[in-house]
Amino acid sequence: MMKWIFTVMIAVSVLFGVLNDRIGDVSNAALEGGSTAVTLVITLTGAICLWSGIMKVAEDSGLTGLIARLFFPLTRRLFPGLKKGSKAMRAICMNMTANLLGLGNAATPLGLEAMRCLKEENKNSGTASNHMVTFVVLNTASIQLIPTTVSMLRLNHGAANPLDILPAVLFTSVISLAVGLLTAKLLGRVWRRERTQSM
Amino acid sequence: MMKFTAYLVPVLIAGILIYGLVKKVNVFDSFIQGAKEGLHTAVNLLPALVALMVAVTMFKASGALDILTYSLDPLTGSLGIPEEALPLALLRPISGSGSLAMLETILAQYGPDSLIGRIACVLQGSTETTFYTIAVYYGAIGIKNTRHTVFAALAGDFAGLVAASLAVRLFF
Repeated sequence: MMKWIFTVMIAVSVLFGVLNDRIGDVSNAALEGGSTAVTLVITLTGAICLWSGIMKVAEDSGLTGLIARLFFPLTRRLFPGLKKGSKAMRAICMNMTANLLGLGNAATPLGLEAMRCLKEENKNSGTASNHMVTFVVLNTASIQLIPTTVSMLRLNHGAANPLDILPAVLFTSVISLAVGLLTAKLLGRVWRRERTQSM
Repeated sequence: MMKFTAYLVPVLIAGILIYGLVKKVNVFDSFIQGAKEGLHTAVNLLPALVALMVAVTMFKASGALDILTYSLDPLTGSLGIPEEALPLALLRPISGSGSLAMLETILAQYGPDSLIGRIACVLQGSTETTFYTIAVYYGAIGIKNTRHTVFAALAGDFAGLVAASLAVRLFF
């Protein structure tokens, strides 16, 4: 997928650069792009390190586990039939906590653990169960509470108050997640399990 | 609301550290270990970001982005989504680095406190790299038939796009 996006974008740029008589700009852009990327990463590195460090402290002190337990009333409704103490349920709660706190590094291994457990519960079938779809949709929608990367970029570009977008981000996250989960639930009833379809 | 967001980060950081101390965690060592992982994340981000930043910058300099944006206008106008935010929305579910590069370009051009800048930030902050997540989660456990996952996830992303434009207009 990425090889196509990368190549097509650059090929189209060269084509339009020639057509619009802007090939000089395109040439400069090619040189500039790489250094912009490096500057961008340097800008973000401090925030990423700070946040990863703080969240590691939260993890080591058992704070993330505590939050995970608060989730149970919610996850019980999202995954009916999964037992409270089951490995799958525990991994799901921990994954949601990590996502909420913006711990991408921790969320993925926990998420994969949850998927393995869900597959076992589904008799190791090669087809996704309704629980798996719900869980993956939870992960494709961002439920991160504080958008640290975006705030850092806003600060860097001179925003008056980089975090003022927070209410809008939370509103949007909730709407997007609700629509995703609702679609998953509704389609889960009608989408045949034996249908062969590749990703 | 502004007050609240100003308190949020400092209080959260201090609170987590104090809770850690109370629970007898060596908070400094934990922090350093976590920050080290963060450094890995940042360094690993660079190669893909260079590739996509080059592609996005060239795309914009050639005028192709303007044409793409312009041609998408009829699609977005009726939904209240500014056409300038649409290239970001298209890239967001596919590539994290690509959307980051696009967001940087938008912020440099329109500024972070403009309508378009804000919508772009909300969009970036409230959705994920959908296709990547689906590929990793199902790929790791060997599931071929993902049923309605892609459809449901994209429905959520689309709702997020409409909601982002709506939220920024409502809240600012």
